[in-house]
Amino acid sequence: MPEIITKIPLEYYIILASILFCIGVIGVLTRKNALIIFMCVELMLNAVNMLFIAFSAYKGDAAGQVFVFFIMAVAAAEVAVGLAIIVMIYRNTRSVDIGQLNKIKY
Amino acid sequence: MTLWLVLIPLIASLIVFFIRNEQAKRIALLFSCLELILGVYLVAQFDPLKKLQFETNFSWIASAGINFHLGIDGIGILPVILTVLLVPFIILSAFETKYEKPNVFYGLILLMQASLVGVFTAQGAFAYYLFWEGALIPVYFLAAIWGGENRIRVTFKFFIYTVFGSLLMLIALVYMYMQTPGSHSDELQAFYALGLSKNTQYIIFIGLFIAFAIKMPVFPFHTWQPDTYTISPTPATMLLSGIMLKMGIYSVIRWLLPVTPTAVWDNSTIVMTLAIIGLIYGAIIAIQQKDIKRLLAYSSFSHVGLMVAGIFAFNHVGLQGAMIQMLAHGINVVGLFFVVDIIQRRTGTRNLADLGGITQSAPVLTVLFAIIMLGSVGLPLTNGFVGEFMLLIGIFKFSYLNFAVMPLAIAISVGVLAGSTLIFGAVYMLRMFQGVMFGEKTLKTAEFKDVTVSEALVLVPLAILVLVMGVAPNIFIKLSEPATKELLDFVISKINK
Amino acid sequence: MDNKTLALLALLLPFIGFLINGLGFRRLPKPLVGLVAVAMPLASFIITLILFGKFQSGGSKSMTFIYANWIAIHDITISFSLLIDQLSLIMLSFVTGVGTLIHVYSAGYMGEDEGYGKFMAYLNLFMFSMLALIMGSNYMIMFIGWEGVGLCSFLLIGFWNKNRPYNAAAQKAFVMNRIGDLGLILGVFLIFIFFGTSEYKDIEAFVGAETNPYKVGAWQVVTITILLFVGAMGKSAQVPLYTWLPDAMAGPTPVSALIHAATMVTAGIYMVVRSNFLYSLAPATLDIVLVIALITALLAASIGIFQNDIKKVLAYSTVSQLGYMFMALGVASYTSGMFHVITHAFFKALLFLGAGSVIHALHHEQDIRNMGGLRKYMPITFITFLVATLAISGIPPFAGFFSKDEILMHLYQKSPVLWVLGVAGSAMTSFYMFRLFFLTFLGEFRGTEEQRHHLHESPISITLPLMILAVLSIGGGLIGIPEVFAKDANWLAKFTAPLFTTSQKLNPQLFNHAHLSHSTEYILMGVSVVVAIGSIIFAYIKFVANRTVPKPETEQQGIGKVLANKYYVDELYNTVFVKPILAFSRFLGESFEVFVDLIVEGFGQIVKGLGNAFRKLQTGSIGVYLFAIVIGAVIWIAFNLFIYK
Repeated sequence: MPEIITKIPLEYYIILASILFCIGVIGVLTRKNALIIFMCVELMLNAVNMLFIAFSAYKGDAAGQVFVFFIMAVAAAEVAVGLAIIVMIYRNTRSVDIGQLNKIKY
Repeated sequence: MTLWLVLIPLIASLIVFFIRNEQAKRIALLFSCLELILGVYLVAQFDPLKKLQFETNFSWIASAGINFHLGIDGIGILPVILTVLLVPFIILSAFETKYEKPNVFYGLILLMQASLVGVFTAQGAFAYYLFWEGALIPVYFLAAIWGGENRIRVTFKFFIYTVFGSLLMLIALVYMYMQTPGSHSDELQAFYALGLSKNTQYIIFIGLFIAFAIKMPVFPFHTWQPDTYTISPTPATMLLSGIMLKMGIYSVIRWLLPVTPTAVWDNSTIVMTLAIIGLIYGAIIAIQQKDIKRLLAYSSFSHVGLMVAGIFAFNHVGLQGAMIQMLAHGINVVGLFFVVDIIQRRTGTRNLADLGGITQSAPVLTVLFAIIMLGSVGLPLTNGFVGEFMLLIGIFKFSYLNFAVMPLAIAISVGVLAGSTLIFGAVYMLRMFQGVMFGEKTLKTAEFKDVTVSEALVLVPLAILVLVMGVAPNIFIKLSEPATKELLDFVISKINK
Repeated sequence: MDNKTLALLALLLPFIGFLINGLGFRRLPKPLVGLVAVAMPLASFIITLILFGKFQSGGSKSMTFIYANWIAIHDITISFSLLIDQLSLIMLSFVTGVGTLIHVYSAGYMGEDEGYGKFMAYLNLFMFSMLALIMGSNYMIMFIGWEGVGLCSFLLIGFWNKNRPYNAAAQKAFVMNRIGDLGLILGVFLIFIFFGTSEYKDIEAFVGAETNPYKVGAWQVVTITILLFVGAMGKSAQVPLYTWLPDAMAGPTPVSALIHAATMVTAGIYMVVRSNFLYSLAPATLDIVLVIALITALLAASIGIFQNDIKKVLAYSTVSQLGYMFMALGVASYTSGMFHVITHAFFKALLFLGAGSVIHALHHEQDIRNMGGLRKYMPITFITFLVATLAISGIPPFAGFFSKDEILMHLYQKSPVLWVLGVAGSAMTSFYMFRLFFLTFLGEFRGTEEQRHHLHESPISITLPLMILAVLSIGGGLIGIPEVFAKDANWLAKFTAPLFTTSQKLNPQLFNHAHLSHSTEYILMGVSVVVAIGSIIFAYIKFVANRTVPKPETEQQGIGKVLANKYYVDELYNTVFVKPILAFSRFLGESFEVFVDLIVEGFGQIVKGLGNAFRKLQTGSIGVYLFAIVIGAVIWIAFNLFIYK
């Protein structure tokens, strides 16, 4: 366990992760570009990952880090699929603006 | 052995599905006759004094204590006879009409038969529920695909209505299953053995009763019925009224009475009131119907009221009457609907105003129609009378013995109300018969032809059955009497506890 | 052959005849149809006579034959069984006897009809049902016959089924009978509950035993007997269920003679006599019977005066005569009721057959205003009809005199007022009967030239039964000669006495009357005969001397209008029962059904409405969804952190 991690107090991690998460959320809510929303979601995921790692280090429990690997793997898959969808949307509509993707309603 | 009773139509339906031409109906008939032969053999082997016979029992979901258990006893034998007996006639009755996709049509009828036999022979709640729902699906498709005007809406309502009932039933069954001791069991006998508290019984009673009441149907749960009967293709109507309706009545006897005796006893007056309201209500509406198929639908509804009242009369005569009337009503109603089918096929109408004078060119049809009609009216020496007589005397006895105040006055009023079926039945049946067969010929009946051979093959045996059951009802009474007696004694002993 | 087989044979032979003619309809040659149809009841008649002989030589012991179980469940057992005793033998004799004659007549009368074979088959079926009614040893077998004759009545009234009004009459008869039958079957239910059996002899033994809990006036027995009597009201056309009988005249005339005059309609009397041990236990019921019978007798007789249809007059006279029979039963004079049943069967069958002969000759003309003077053309019909008319009017020494006189005598014993009303009724009877007779046979022919041209006496197959029945109508009274004429000569009373021993033991008071002196009896007889002759003379003056021809029903005024319209009873029933039920039926079918359905449809609509409301949430805008997710997550976290700890 590298000392450097535990040198910084846990609260700092939590605050940083929270800020990152909130930025992600706000980004998701306010932006219209599908690609940026996607990136914001990644940001949220990584905020969570950071918390996992921080707690894992402080508690000395590896389970948290294992989870992070899982999340990263799943996120990678998700990116693959998600980007593919976005590309398809772009090809069909010449736009990645979610404001225009409201065909599936009612 | 009972397993084969379910498997033959099941396998047959699979085979028929793959025969994509007119040959399908012959194959279907062949298999249903095979089923009938097996049924007759079983009945001949059947010993009314023994309990469950011809059992099939193997473990199904062992960890949950669920077995696939089939068998025939005195309660189930009459409905089983009814099913194996009527289906060949129903298939044969469809011969003269050309249905599209005959393979599916006849396959569904056979699938229906398999499910119906399953319902009447299942000894475990799980299998019973499976067959119960299994019977709904084929008949739904029969009505929805080959039905008449407005079929989508009508069948949708029918489906949702009955499924709603089944859901309540499922909850009640699961609840009971959870009550069984140890690692649980869905066996009927395990349910019988439960000593449920009064409140529990009430809950289960409500769940099961509404399910059965919708199926039969009992007033005021009947509104799906006239429409569904009317729009369905006649074979489906026959299945619905001839056999499926009896699922409800049979289930009341088998699954409701012995499991929740106290609740049934406490509510018997209410149920009987509903039943008698229904029987008068249906009969009165039938008087003014112009569409003869709809008229028969209401008449069927009216007859059910009497059967239900008889079951809730809590005496041997009433219960046994219901068993006999189930058989009789099934035979009569299939015959009557077939006559309507013949008339509709020849004239293109079911409207009383457009019909008349058929007897002049169709004497054989007149005679056969008359016999079956009289059976339905309940003339002595026809099957209808035996059942109605036993039911009425059962209801009469119940109302005489169970009221502290003025029992005789109550009994006579109830007797008159329930017995009004004799009068109204005569009114609407004779009105229909005379309207269709007598009078001057109309434009549409001018060319009416008498019955063909295949039609006669259906109607003649049915008419003979009407008379045989009327003259020698003891053959059938003997088959089920020990069982109904035992069941009722069991129920009464449970109430008294 | 032993008695058991004989009895069964007597019952089943007509049924076999029905099967032969029914299955062979339109295939068998006509002579064969007639032969089979007539031979079967004739064979039954002969068997009856054999049984009668055996019965008498065997010491007049009643015999019950059990053939098989019909319905057997737990505490109810009903068997197919027949009872041969005095009552069934008497009924059997005249039913099969008169029945055979009417079959012979029908062979001639209906020979030309296209439905001849069917008609004869129905008649045979009727005979079978009627015999089952009479011979059954329990109420259930009686009920089989009871409903069976109702069915045959339905089939035969509506025999010419192309005619819708005839069908309506048939349906009316069946439904009205069913109303009565419901009463009867409820009575039988009570019998099952109180006595545990429906066998006559067992019930009789039960009430006759020392241990019998039901004393005179017991409410149980009163209820049973009233309910049974409701059945009799329907079948025997008593007030208020009598209106079907006049309409039943739509059927071919032999049917009216056989079913609606001689046999079926007397089933109610038979049933009461059969249950005499119960009725004697219930004096209250007997009083009800008496009142209803009296009303019926007078009501029907008064209507009969203004009818112009030859068969309608006879129908109302039948209703009225049935009233007399029930009056006899009402004063517990069962024998005289039976006596009148028998004599009535003779002369009323004769009247109807005579009327049929007239109608036949006139080619289906039934209005007496268009007849007259038929004496010249139809001598045999004329004479036999005269005999029957005299008999029904109660003129000695014809059969009707003896039976009617016996009834009047018993009414007098109960109360002189009843006697006066009875005599008044019989005065009306002789008036309208002779009105009918005079208008038909005397005076000048009033029909069309063409009809006159075709006038002829009927063939032998029609006149032969007329002649035989005429002989019976003259001599039939000899089976019940009253005490005043000759001591111990009343064969019928002696023969049937064993039937009533239980009754007499149970309720001796009912049978203990102040004995009438012979001079009183003579005076009573004299008065009733003089009154009858008086009204005949009145009718003669009015219709022969003054040549009055009655006005059509529609032109009657005042009381005549009411009577010609039958007191508007049919209209009343229509307004009070038929129309409301039909309207109610339409209301239920068209409006109330929708209402009941609304509850169900309502659930559907609610679900549908909710769906409609909530689907709006599905805007399709991803931003909204995301916002909802975030809000949801925030709420969830807030809930977990602050509220749910």
